[in-house]
Amino acid sequence: MPAKKPALDFDTEWSYSPAPQSSADVKLRERYKLFIDGEFRPAESGDYIESINPATEETLAQVSEAGAADVDRAVAAAREAYTRSWSRMPTAERGKFIFRIARMIQERARELAVMESMDGGKPIREARDIDIPLAAAHFFYYAGWADKLDYAFPGRSAQPLGVAAQIIPWNFPLLMAAWKLAPALAAGNTLVLKPAETTPLTAMVLAEIVREAGLPPGVVNIVTGGGKTGRLLVRHPDVDKIAFTGSTAVGKEIMRALAGSGKRYTLELGGKAANIIFADAAIDQAVEGIITAIFYNQGHVCCAGSRLFVQESVAAEVIEKLRERMETLIVGDPLDKNTDVGAINSRDQLERIHAYVEIGKQEGGEVYQSSCSLPEKGFWHVPTLFSNVSQSHRVVQEEIFGPVLAVQTFRTVDEVIAKANNTPYGLSGGVWTDKGAKIFKVTRDIRAGVIWANTFNKFDPGSPFGGYKESGMGREGGIEGLLPYVRLRAPRGR
Amino acid sequence: MMGKRLDVRKTHKLFIGGRFPRSESGRTFRWEAPDRAATANICRASRKDFRDAVTEARGASASWAGRTAYNRAQILYRCAEILEGRRAQFREELRAQGTSAAAARKEVASAIDLLIYYAGWADKYGQLFSRVNPVAAPYFNFTVLEATGVVAVVAPSESGLLGLLAALAPVITGGNTCVALAAQDYPLCAVSLAETLHTADLPAGVVNLLTGFRAELLEPFATHMDVNALVYFGDDRAEIAQAESCAAENVKRVTVCGRAEWEGTPALNPYAILRTQETKTTWHPIRF
Repeated sequence: MPAKKPALDFDTEWSYSPAPQSSADVKLRERYKLFIDGEFRPAESGDYIESINPATEETLAQVSEAGAADVDRAVAAAREAYTRSWSRMPTAERGKFIFRIARMIQERARELAVMESMDGGKPIREARDIDIPLAAAHFFYYAGWADKLDYAFPGRSAQPLGVAAQIIPWNFPLLMAAWKLAPALAAGNTLVLKPAETTPLTAMVLAEIVREAGLPPGVVNIVTGGGKTGRLLVRHPDVDKIAFTGSTAVGKEIMRALAGSGKRYTLELGGKAANIIFADAAIDQAVEGIITAIFYNQGHVCCAGSRLFVQESVAAEVIEKLRERMETLIVGDPLDKNTDVGAINSRDQLERIHAYVEIGKQEGGEVYQSSCSLPEKGFWHVPTLFSNVSQSHRVVQEEIFGPVLAVQTFRTVDEVIAKANNTPYGLSGGVWTDKGAKIFKVTRDIRAGVIWANTFNKFDPGSPFGGYKESGMGREGGIEGLLPYVRLRAPRGR
Repeated sequence: MMGKRLDVRKTHKLFIGGRFPRSESGRTFRWEAPDRAATANICRASRKDFRDAVTEARGASASWAGRTAYNRAQILYRCAEILEGRRAQFREELRAQGTSAAAARKEVASAIDLLIYYAGWADKYGQLFSRVNPVAAPYFNFTVLEATGVVAVVAPSESGLLGLLAALAPVITGGNTCVALAAQDYPLCAVSLAETLHTADLPAGVVNLLTGFRAELLEPFATHMDVNALVYFGDDRAEIAQAESCAAENVKRVTVCGRAEWEGTPALNPYAILRTQETKTTWHPIRF
C-alpha cells in the first residue's frame, strides 16, 4: 500500500497535550502476602514472584508464590468458613456483606483503576470507566440475590455447593475477580481465588477490602502464583467447584483433570468472534464498532471481534475508513487519558502476537499497520489489519489475543453465517445492519453465547456471558451466573 | 394338515436417519429372555454406525431447532398418541425382557405420560427461562435458550422403555437432535420405540437409536468432535471418568444422571431440558 494522507488527521490543527493520570494515590507495597483465613501471610516456601509494569518494564511489587501447603491451608480455611459461618448466616446478612464490598470498591475506585492500568497495561480511561465500575456493579447486583435465591429457580430450592476454586486471567484482573466472587458468595459458597501471575495487585487490594468489610475469616482467600498454583487448586480434593477463565487449551486440561471427580466446573475459554458488517449498516458507526471490537484492551479480550466480515459491495469503503480510523488511534502510555491502546500485558504475549503476525504474512495475508510510533521501553503492538486471508488461514482460525484483525468479505447472508460459524469457538459475535429482521435472523443463527447487534464489547452484571462449543460452558452474569454455584433441590413431596 | 400358526419373527434393526439399517459391521449379539422363552439377534452397532448417525443428527439439527415450539410440542404429543395405541406390544416386550405384568403396565403408562409431560413443556420452557436483562445502559438486552446441537445419549441400562424415553425426551423437546444407545439387556423396546417415533412424524435424524455394547461405544460417543453434549445415565465410576475425560477433546457438555433422573415423577421437570440448552444473550441499542 502506498502511503496515503489520512482523511482523519487529528494532528494538523491541534495536537494532544499529555493528560497524565497521577499515580500518587497508589501506595504499592514492596511485597504482597497471601490472603488466607482473614490474614496476610507469606507463602510457606518464602518464594515471591515479581509483577512488572508492562509499559515501563519496571518491577511494581513482589507477590507470594503459593505452594501446596498454602493452597491446602486456603482450602481448609474456606471449608471451615463454609461450615461454620457463611452457609449458616442469614442470607440477608450475607447480602449486606457483599453490598459492603461493592461500596468499598467504589470508594477506592480511582486507586484501583490506576493500579490496574499500571499492573496490566490497559488505558486508564478503560480501567477507570469500565473495569472498576463494572466490578463494583457485579458485587452490587449479586449482593441483592443472596436472600432471593428461591425466586431465581422456579420450583427448586438453591443450595450452595461448598468451596469454590476460582482461577482468573490477566486481561480484566479485578473485573474477573468480581465476576467470580460475587455470585459464589451470594449463593453461600466460600472460595479460594487465584489471580493471574502477571496481574495480581488489584486482587490484593480486594483482599484488603474483604477484610475491612468484616467478612468472616476464610470466606474469601486469595492466593497468588502461576500455573503451578492453579493446578494445585484444580486438583485439590476438598474443592467442590472450579471456575476457570482462560485459554481453551488449559480448559481442556482442567476437564481431563476433573474427569470422574464429581466436581462441578464452569469454563470461560477462548474466542474468535465474527463481526459482520452488512451493506445496509450505518457505515461510520460500524467502523467505530470494528475498532472497539478488536482494539479495546489491546485486543486482550476473549470475546474480541477478531474476524471481520464485510459485505462485498461496501468492503472497499469500510476498509478505507477503518485504516483511517486506525491511524488516529493513540498508542502509548496507559496512564495518559488520551491513550486508546495501551501496553501489551507481557513479553510472552507480545512474542505470541509477533509470531502470529509473521505467520499471517507467510501464509500470504496482506498486512496493514497504523504508522504510529511506539515507546522504546515496554511491550507494545501497533493496531494491525490482515486482508487477503481466507477461512483456512491461521490468523483467521486461531485466537491471537492482541490488536490483530483479519478481514474477509461475503456476498450473501447464508454465506456469512456459514463462515462465522466455521470455528471451534462460539463465545461472541457482532452484526451491523439497519434491517430489524436481518438482525434477528443473523443473531439467531450465529452459534455463540453473546451477540452484539449494532454495538460491541458491552458488559453488564445482569447480562449472562459465556460460550458455545469450545468457548466453554456455564454463564457468568445475570440469573444464569448463579446456576454454576448452586445445587438445585426439589422441594419436599415433589 | 394345519397345526398351530407359525409366528413371524421380527428382525431387530438400528434406527439411523429415519431408516432401519442393520449394522454396517454386519455384527449382531444374542439376546435371550431371562426365562429363555425367546431369543433374538440384535444389531451390534459399531463406531462407524455411530458416525453415520451423528451425520444424520447434524443434518437434522437446524431444521428441528428451527421448528416452532408448537410444532415440536405436537410431534411429541403425537409420539405419545402412537405409543398409547401400541401399549400391548410394549407390555409384551417388557414382559419378555423379564418385567412383571404389573410393572410392565406401569412402565408403559409412565412412558406415555412422560411424553405428554414434555410435549407440554416444548412451548413453555423457553418462556420460563428467557429474560430481558435490565442493563445499566441504553441497550435492549435479552437472553434466550437455544439447543446445544447434537447430543449423544447413553440410556439407563436398567430400563428398556421408560429410562430410554426419560433420557431422550428432554433432549429433543429442547430442539436438539440425538444419537442414543439403548440398554444392552433390554433392546426389544428400543427398536419398537424407533418404529413408534418414525410413525409419529418425528423428522428423520432427530432421534437415532443404536443397540450394542456400552463398553465399545462409550468412547466414540464421548470423543466425537461433532457432538456437542453427552448425557450419560449410570453410576459406573470408570465409565464416567472415561466419558468426562474424552469429552474434553471438544469441550463437550457432560451430564451424569442417576436413577432419580428417569424413575418416578421427580424425574419430570424442566431442568432436565436445560441440561442440553445454551443461553444466548443479545444486545441492541435503544437510542439512535
